[in-house]
Amino acid sequence: MSRGDSQPPDFAAAELARFSDRVGFLTLTGKEIKRFWSVLGQTVTAPVITALLYLLVFAQAMQGRAPVYPGVSYTAFLVPGLVMMTVIQNAFANSSSSLTQSKIMGNLVFLLMAPLGAWEWFAAYVVAALVRAALVATVMLTATLFFVRLPLHAPLALLAMFLLAGASLAVLGLIAGIVASKFDHLAAFTNFIITPLSFLSGVFYSVHALPRFWFLASHLNPFFYMIDGFRYGFFGQADVPILLSLAWVAGFLALVSAICLWMLMTGYKLRR
Amino acid sequence: MNTLVPDALSIDGVHKSFGTVQALDGISFAIRRGEFFGLLGPNGAGKSTLINIVAGLIRPDQGRVAVLGHDTVRDWRSARRLIGVVPQELVFDPFFKVVDMLRIQAGYYGCGREVWPWIDEMLVRLDLENKRNASMRALSGGMKRRVLIAQALVHRPPVVILDEPTAGVDVELRRTLWSFLRELHARGTTVVLTTHYLEEAQDLCERIAIIDRGRVRVIETTTQLLDRHPFRFLRLKLGNGGVLPESLRPLVSDEKNGVTELRLERGKHPISGVFAALRTAGLDIEDVHTREPDLEDIFIELTGEHAVAGRVAG
Repeated sequence: MSRGDSQPPDFAAAELARFSDRVGFLTLTGKEIKRFWSVLGQTVTAPVITALLYLLVFAQAMQGRAPVYPGVSYTAFLVPGLVMMTVIQNAFANSSSSLTQSKIMGNLVFLLMAPLGAWEWFAAYVVAALVRAALVATVMLTATLFFVRLPLHAPLALLAMFLLAGASLAVLGLIAGIVASKFDHLAAFTNFIITPLSFLSGVFYSVHALPRFWFLASHLNPFFYMIDGFRYGFFGQADVPILLSLAWVAGFLALVSAICLWMLMTGYKLRR
Repeated sequence: MNTLVPDALSIDGVHKSFGTVQALDGISFAIRRGEFFGLLGPNGAGKSTLINIVAGLIRPDQGRVAVLGHDTVRDWRSARRLIGVVPQELVFDPFFKVVDMLRIQAGYYGCGREVWPWIDEMLVRLDLENKRNASMRALSGGMKRRVLIAQALVHRPPVVILDEPTAGVDVELRRTLWSFLRELHARGTTVVLTTHYLEEAQDLCERIAIIDRGRVRVIETTTQLLDRHPFRFLRLKLGNGGVLPESLRPLVSDEKNGVTELRLERGKHPISGVFAALRTAGLDIEDVHTREPDLEDIFIELTGEHAVAGRVAG
C-alpha cells in the first residue's frame, strides 16, 4: 500500500530557505579545531619541543660566529626561521592528516554526503590549520623569550606573511590529503617535498652564504620567501625585498588554491 | 509521477561502469513520497552503487537522479538536505563522543541548537542515552550502527535510505530499529531499505524492486510480488514409513526429517489431486500443511541466486 499523498515533515524543506552554508562552514571549522585540540601533545607540544631542540643545538654550535645581519645575533636570526618552519610543517600536517585519516577510516562520507560545497571545505580546513599554526607559533615565540628578545619591526608584514604562508601550506595539505589514498603517500609528500623545501629555505643561514647554483635555486623555493619575509617582520632586514616575498607567497597561495578548489569542485579522488 | 507532488526519489536511465565492469545498466524507477520501499538484489547487483549515486558519493556516467524533484547533480545542495543515508560500512570518527558527532553532523546540514531536542529523542529511541558521552571508538559494532542511523536522521530528512542497516546486528537491535523505522514512516518519512533479510523486506516494505546485474528485474508491491509466484507448497509427513507414489515424485521440492515438500503449480496441480493420489496408494497422512511462497522463493526465481546460510540475499 502506498501512502503517496502523505506529507513528510517539513523541517528539512524549511531548511532549504535558510542560508546555512555559514553554519556548515563554522561546524566543519570547529570540528577540525577540536580534532587537533584533542591531541595537543601530538599537534602542538611535540613540534614546539622539536623546534626548540633545533634552536638549542644550532645556537650552541654556531655561538661566536659573525652575525648574519648587522646587529642580529645568530640565535635571534634563527628564531623567526624556526617559527615559520614549524608553521609550515604544522599547517600542512593539520589538513593533510585530517583528510587522509578520514578517507582511510571511511568517515569522510559524512562530509561528502553533506550539502557542503568546495568553498566551505576549503575555508574550514584552512582556518583550522591557521589556528593550529598560530598556536604553535605563539607557544614557540613565548618559549624563546628565555633565549632571546626579538624586535618587532613590521608587525603587519609579519602577520601577512604568517597568514599567506600558513594558508598556502594548509591548502597544499588539502591537496596532499585529496591525492593520498594511504598514509604512505602522505609520508612521501612530507618527506620528499615539505621537509626538504623547508630545510633548504634559509632557516639556518642566509642564502647569500650559498654557492651561486644553490643561491639561485633557493629563489625558486616558495618556502624561502615565507621565511625571509617573516624574518623581515622582526628585523627589518631580509635577503630579498619584503614586497617580492609577499608577492611570491601570494602567487603561490593563488596557484595551490586554484588547484585545490578545482579538485574539490570536481570531486577529484573524492567522488568516483 | 504527479507533477505537483514530485516523487521522493526519481531515478532515470542511470548507467555506471567501473572500468570494464558495468555496475548499473540503465536503471529507472521512482519511489513515491511516504513509501516504505525495499531495494533487493544479490551481492554485486548494483544496490550500493545506486545508493551511493543518490547520496552523491558516486557520479553516474549517464542518467539523472532527483530527490523530491531536486537533481542530485545540478541542485545537489537541496537534494542532499532532503535525504539521509545510512552507509553499509561501520564508519565513525574516533576523535568525538556520540553526542558531539551527532551535533557536528547536524551542523553540516545547517542545523544548530534547534535540533538538539531531536538528537536527545533519537538517543533515547535508539537506546543510546547511556552512551551519549562515550567515545565513538569505545562503542560496540551494534552501538556504532545505531549512531550511524541517528547521524542519517539528524537533520530530519523526508527521505531516508538505509543500506543494510541490520547486517550483523543482534535481534534486539533489529527489533528496536524496525519499530523506529515504522514510527518514522508513520510520520510520513519515505524509507528506502536494502537488507540481507528477506523476511524483513517482506514485513516492512510496501513496494519492492529487485535488481540484478545492474538492471531492475521487477518492481511491484510486496503483495503483487508474492501473488505473481505461480506455485504454492504442500508439506506432508506420511505415517507408518509410507513412501511417496512415483506420480508425485516430480513435484518434490524438498525432503528432510521425514517431511516432504511438494511444489504445486496453481491451477495445474490441485491439492485435492495430491490427496487422491495418496489415498489411491493407501498411504496415511500423519501431518500436513501448506506454505505460500515467500520473498525468498520469488528472489531465487528471479535472480537464480540461492539463499546461503538462511535468507541471505542482499
